[in-house]
Amino acid sequence: MTPDPNTDRKAWMAVLAKASPSRLAALLPDLPDHTLLRPAEVGAVMLRGRAGGTGAAFNLGEMTVTRCSLRLATGEVGHAYVQGRDRTHALQAAAVDALMQTAHAPDIRARILTPLATEAEAARTLRASKAAATKVDFFTLMRGEDA
Amino acid sequence: MNAPALPDAALTGGFASPPTQSARAFRAVLDAMARPGTLHTVTGALPPAPLSVAAGVAILTLVDGTTPLHLAGPADCAAVRDWIAFHTGAPLVSAEAATFALGTWSDLHPVARFAIGLPDYPDRSATLIVEMDALTAEGATLTGPGIADSAHLSLPETAAFQTNRALFPLGFDCLFTCGTQIAGLPRSTRVEAV
Repeated sequence: MTPDPNTDRKAWMAVLAKASPSRLAALLPDLPDHTLLRPAEVGAVMLRGRAGGTGAAFNLGEMTVTRCSLRLATGEVGHAYVQGRDRTHALQAAAVDALMQTAHAPDIRARILTPLATEAEAARTLRASKAAATKVDFFTLMRGEDA
Repeated sequence: MNAPALPDAALTGGFASPPTQSARAFRAVLDAMARPGTLHTVTGALPPAPLSVAAGVAILTLVDGTTPLHLAGPADCAAVRDWIAFHTGAPLVSAEAATFALGTWSDLHPVARFAIGLPDYPDRSATLIVEMDALTAEGATLTGPGIADSAHLSLPETAAFQTNRALFPLGFDCLFTCGTQIAGLPRSTRVEAV
């Protein structure tokens, strides 16, 4: 199997898709010059899952997503599918995706993607630690009649 | 697994304001079908050659991921395939499996291979989007539902449409496109050569 050349892009698109719209707006206050290829539109996608990761596929439920495609004045094309129905979020995510293909990529990564990813990781850890605190370990003592 | 990036031309030419433009285009297509022989002007799409603007508008308005599309003749080129993939996501299929077909009249022949529906489900039929060199309100005489007395339309032939009318309530429906003009010919219309 050849390595997926899009691994990096998938990673930053995932970060943008799950980011909070207000946080992304604060990190990217000004959009670069662009033309819209596909104006932001709201739709639904069916999420599918597999029991245990290996069982038969089943429909988990529908999720609201917003997608957008744009092209920068310099020619790079950016796409975005984000969760929720915030059109500005989709527009900004598409702009970041396009900017990550330009020479500004290291700057954009340091200024936008890394803070978003760090915050998402922190939120996940906090939630996991709160859940872990409620964990109960069950164990069985030897019962009399088994002796 | 990784599809190559779509060429630039495939990404442009969609509706700039999809909600209003697609609603207006749908109304125009509806009027064209409801009043056979009338010509309607539609704009907003800029599909790649050899598609006309009206054919592009019809595709953007009527076709989506749930409607298999057949491309016939020169319309079946990489530029058109990519444009349709980005803007509609429609699966491209053979003529027999299609709910929409796009091409010139000679490319679509033989038209008997398109779905005409089932007696219980006459709606499971194909709609042909026929690209025309010229489209005018003169030529073959049309009579039937939606036409007060009679109407005229520059049809590419009459025999195929008479055969199709004889199948009623089964049969395919046609949209004729040329430039920004669109006209309709539902299966219910009787066609006579002048």
